[in-house]
Amino acid sequence: MQYEGDLETAAPDPGIDPSIFRFIAFSLSRLSKGVRMEEVLAVTDRVVDAHKADREALVEILREVNDESGHLTREHLRRIAEHTNLPLSEIYSVASFYSLISLEPLGRHVIRFCQDAPCHIAGGREVWEALEQELGIPFGETTFDEQWSLLTTSCIGACAVGPVMMVDGDIYGNLTPEKVREIITRYREADAQDVTPAPQGG
Amino acid sequence: MAFRAHVIISGAPEQAQGVKTALLEQIDTLGLNEEVEIREATDLTIASQGVEAIVYPDATHYIDLTPEDAALIAEEHLYKGRPVERLVYEEPGVEPLPEPSIKEVRVVLKNVGKINPEDIDDYIAEDGYAALGKALTEMTPDDVIAELKASGLRGRGGAGFPTWLKWTFARQATGSPKYLVCNGDEGDPGAFMNRRVLEGDPHSVIEGMAIAAYAIGASQGYFYVRAEYPIAIETLRVAIEQARTYGLLGENIFDTGFSFDLEVRMGAGAFVCGEETALMQSIEGKRGQPRTRPPFPAVSGLWGKPTNINNVETYANVPQILLKGGEWFASMGTERSKGTKTFAIAGKVKRTGLIEVPLGITVREIIYDVGGGILDDKAYKAVQTGGPMGGCIPEKYLDMPVDYESLASVGSIMGSGGFVVMDEDTCMVDIARFFMEFVQEESCGKCVPCRVGTRKMLDILNRICGGEGRPGDIESLEVLGKYIKSGSLCGLGQGAPNPVLSTIEHFRDEYEAHIYDKKCPAQVCRALIEYKVDPETCIGCTRCARNCPVDAISGTPREAHIIDPEICIRCGICEQVCPVNAISHE
Repeated sequence: MQYEGDLETAAPDPGIDPSIFRFIAFSLSRLSKGVRMEEVLAVTDRVVDAHKADREALVEILREVNDESGHLTREHLRRIAEHTNLPLSEIYSVASFYSLISLEPLGRHVIRFCQDAPCHIAGGREVWEALEQELGIPFGETTFDEQWSLLTTSCIGACAVGPVMMVDGDIYGNLTPEKVREIITRYREADAQDVTPAPQGG
Repeated sequence: MAFRAHVIISGAPEQAQGVKTALLEQIDTLGLNEEVEIREATDLTIASQGVEAIVYPDATHYIDLTPEDAALIAEEHLYKGRPVERLVYEEPGVEPLPEPSIKEVRVVLKNVGKINPEDIDDYIAEDGYAALGKALTEMTPDDVIAELKASGLRGRGGAGFPTWLKWTFARQATGSPKYLVCNGDEGDPGAFMNRRVLEGDPHSVIEGMAIAAYAIGASQGYFYVRAEYPIAIETLRVAIEQARTYGLLGENIFDTGFSFDLEVRMGAGAFVCGEETALMQSIEGKRGQPRTRPPFPAVSGLWGKPTNINNVETYANVPQILLKGGEWFASMGTERSKGTKTFAIAGKVKRTGLIEVPLGITVREIIYDVGGGILDDKAYKAVQTGGPMGGCIPEKYLDMPVDYESLASVGSIMGSGGFVVMDEDTCMVDIARFFMEFVQEESCGKCVPCRVGTRKMLDILNRICGGEGRPGDIESLEVLGKYIKSGSLCGLGQGAPNPVLSTIEHFRDEYEAHIYDKKCPAQVCRALIEYKVDPETCIGCTRCARNCPVDAISGTPREAHIIDPEICIRCGICEQVCPVNAISHE
């Protein structure tokens, strides 16, 4: 944990992409929590069993484990390889091919903003910038507190109400910079209530 | 139980739920529970009008409903029999259609929004599964194919290959078992017709597939739907389950000995999986990369077996063709492009949404008569058809008929039916860059010309939009485009340069303005615009300086301010906040 403090105060060499520091800090913070091996095995085993370790269901297996665990670690992939009797390299090649399967940890909420032309024409650029500003991260990254990941998605078929984004599983349309700030605030408030144990003021 | 009235509600789930709850509560209060039935549909009109409701039997159409409105409708309309005029939907403020002949013809969409997709009885009431019954009991597989031949139906997924011919190849192929696949991996930006059909009328596709299976001699089918369409997948699963319960899928359908069952397979986010060979790789649980053709799927498809693959809309047309006859279908459309086609209209047009029109209709009719014209009555610039592998159609081709051959003749394609309308405020170079970004990201990486070439084209386009375009860039784009098209295996690579090549062909002047004059005529590319304060108008209120995120504006209060173009990031905030409109950009 010492590293995290140091990294925050140290002025990064201007010649180095500052995102690398964020990445290191992020990885360290994940490490400190430790990967819960039993959980990895339990989730993987359950999903693989549900598909009878069928090779042709590999894409589905990977996606379902991914959805339950948030992302896939090396341990997940190794376990799936054991069960399906396929080389780890092949599991990795399939997992890395599909955009809805993540090999990196993501935040509690994942925003997938449509980056396609119809949404762009409808004013997507301003919304895109508002998202980056509001969350303080560029697209493709996850916030320090691990609450938000900001990703792009290809068309989600709601072009008539663009610009569009998906927050976790929910679709929001007709977005404006104000509206995305409102939506993010709403999620933040809901999360805050989650962790507040007792109702306030009856 | 017979109901006196039915209310069908549609809209975004989070809002529609509130309206439905309010309506139910009020109906309960008024004791109308046994007289009124509430149903949900996916979309009632082509435009997005908030939460909508249609009250039957009088078919009063309400839009933009709040929970309070719903309670009022229950009280006034359902209880007292007086429609709430204030909430009734009227044609939005566009002129009446100039020519009465121009109308939508709904074949594929005939049930969408009208029936409950999660109730098979609703579909059966609209002649659902009658075509399957007819095929199995009165027709031979050859009769079915002959009927399709008479209809002239061509693949609705993009390439436009005659459906009857595809089925014939699969039927004649030796090898067993044979498989049937439905391509529901609709990924083109701006295309959402398949999603609506799957969410609104899934049985029409299932029935079409069952008929196709009978025609080619398959007993197992796969339905591949992209994971980005969770509602469609759920609706489809419910529909398949109900069809099984009714004996319309499974063993010995209609007691004829014919068996057919369906399995849903979900994608995991890869655009290229819409390509048929890639899609089949994905069903087999592999990386979705295309392979060379031949052999075509009809000979060697899923697990090397003969496979017929069609798109959602193609299958959805089949039951209607069998019921009404191929001649009826062929009476619509043009000489070589028969029937109707759904289009998803998006972009700068008054009425966005899904439409279905006979092929051969002109671009102008689609945009101005069906779509209501350009938003805010601005000038039309172009329409992008066929998604990221399509092209742009400029103003001079507005009166061109929309059919497979005409679109191809001007450098675009039919594609799955995306129709992205652009007005005078759209920069064509920026749009081309956007589509290139898309294909660059979605290229699977197998063919080098596609993988590296699209990257190179994107670099050049980024440079042009960033104000650093160089003489020769346009020519480089053209050469690269030619090589990518000729050196790629699948439709993605072969079509990837199309948006760039077609915008260069029709809007070369815009590219030249970016490169040589360092100007973006539509004032979209930020590196090429400059914000300026008009010293005559500026009242020195300091609001722009206070709102500038990078402190690029200086000046003393009550005196004209100045923007430093070196620091300015062209965010446009100063222009928005100026109370006297002293700031402009060019």
